[in-house]
Amino acid sequence: MDKVLKKELMIIANRIRKHALLAVYSANSGHPGGSLSISDILAVLYFKQMKNLDPKNPKNPDRDRLVLSKGHCAPALYGALAEKGFFPKEDISSFRQAHSYLQGHPDMKGVPGVDMSTGSLGQGISAACGMAIAGKLANKDYRVYAILGDGELEEGQVWEAAMFAAQYKLDNLTAFVDFNNLQIDGKLCDVCSPLPIDKKFEAFNWHVITIDGHDVEQIDNAIEEAKTIKGKPTLILANCVKGKNVSFMENQPQWHGSAPNKEQYEAAVAEIDAIIKELEVM
Amino acid sequence: MANMKATRESYGEALAKFGEEYDIVVLDADLSKSTKTETFKKKFPERFINVGIAEGNMMSVAAGIASTGKVVFASTFAMFAAGRAFEQVRNSIGYPNLNVKIGATHAGISVGEDGASHQCLEDIALMRSIPNMVVINPADHVEAMAAVKAAILHDGPVYLRFGRLAVPVIFDEETYKFELGKGVQISDGSDVSLIATGLMVPEAIKAAEILASEGISARVINIHTIKPIDVDIIVKAARETGAVVTAEEHNIIGGLGSAVAEVLCENYPVPMQRVGTRDVFGRSGKPAELLKMYNLTADDIANAAREVIKRK
Repeated sequence: MDKVLKKELMIIANRIRKHALLAVYSANSGHPGGSLSISDILAVLYFKQMKNLDPKNPKNPDRDRLVLSKGHCAPALYGALAEKGFFPKEDISSFRQAHSYLQGHPDMKGVPGVDMSTGSLGQGISAACGMAIAGKLANKDYRVYAILGDGELEEGQVWEAAMFAAQYKLDNLTAFVDFNNLQIDGKLCDVCSPLPIDKKFEAFNWHVITIDGHDVEQIDNAIEEAKTIKGKPTLILANCVKGKNVSFMENQPQWHGSAPNKEQYEAAVAEIDAIIKELEVM
Repeated sequence: MANMKATRESYGEALAKFGEEYDIVVLDADLSKSTKTETFKKKFPERFINVGIAEGNMMSVAAGIASTGKVVFASTFAMFAAGRAFEQVRNSIGYPNLNVKIGATHAGISVGEDGASHQCLEDIALMRSIPNMVVINPADHVEAMAAVKAAILHDGPVYLRFGRLAVPVIFDEETYKFELGKGVQISDGSDVSLIATGLMVPEAIKAAEILASEGISARVINIHTIKPIDVDIIVKAARETGAVVTAEEHNIIGGLGSAVAEVLCENYPVPMQRVGTRDVFGRSGKPAELLKMYNLTADDIANAAREVIKRK
């Protein structure tokens, strides 16, 4: 990957993190941990990979689509969409407010750029399957992306969708699993472990690629590889850190669904600003 | 004797017929032989998708397809469409207001021998509680065919309720007009109104004949669209006849009876009586036997009418 592009994507990922933190801080509610976890994936998708995105025509039928199956990470998705120009960045601080269009979980009717309403775990991946098979029916060559949580894999519907995607050879579908090993009540293995994730998807006839989910180059390469795979969907198992780039949030399950106070918010932003500054002078 | 046909047969025929004119996609969950979507599948295999025994997935897949601009029918038994997949219908289809039409067959106790696990008596209640959802329960073949077309033309989610049992064809194809959200007055009357839906409509017609022989004048109204309900026809009936009986093959809690009671309580309260299953599960048996056992016949409607008239 071109060095300039790589630096740019890394900076965007951290700007997405800042938007997500602002959203959750302003609302005094929301899900920071998982939002920080998927920011690098969103940066690569929205600023390198996804085609035919047009903020002026968000429903362009030929666009690539993203379904945030782990819909509680809307703060990061809204951050990416605002960076992309789908709506003003200033609106992010209205997240979860009664008069705002920025709903607590993604709302395709009210938020420009959101391709599917999600929030109830397990359903987004099925909807992504629907978009992918509709693309095949209509002979369109758009691609469909989905991001799932690792805890989300405990929902049986994920595996119904996994079977379906393989049965119908949905090679235009690429799903990420944000594998940060934490869910609300603790570690995956202490709740109800869905491991091994890679072997399960392989057994469901998916092509599986395992990467570092915070390395934009690896994310990009995995998506490129997925595009070359014919006759089966691809699962990108992204090893991630919940709360990534905010030292006191990293790997702490209590940051799954709680908002920082003013001090914590300012400390978190300062850490990310320092990272952005470091990247800028590279 | 009138021609008999199950509305699930009409559903399959309608899909195959309107599939010529409209670019619909049909999904089924391994029940295409029973739901009759097989009729569509044979004609348009490229637009038929079998999702296997996974109703929750089917509803969300349907939502994804609909999000690309297509009209999608998702079919399975009422029990699994409205019951098992309720939350997918609510969150993947209802909330984003997507163009998915749920073709739910084998509704009600007339499923017969399969018994309580397959006799859905709660679907109208469940589906009408979801914002954006239209709920249609056609009474016969002619109405079922028309309802499928109306569902295609309606922009938004629709729940269509069909039966397994062959029921009389009571409407004339040549003259029948289906208007979404509009009740149909089948016959006039001044002493009581019999408001029925689905296979209880022919029973209500018979009940009116029984009552007529006793000198009681009963108005018969067919409510094919339970949501949005036709407030005007119900209020007019209450005002002009002063008593109402509802009849449905569904639990008396949450279905047509409840919908009519809601309208009357807020607009024009009159004595009313609900005919339906009385908050119980069904059981195995022959459909006709069960309809009798659970008090879902013309005689039961006539009895309810006599009772409600006393309370005027």
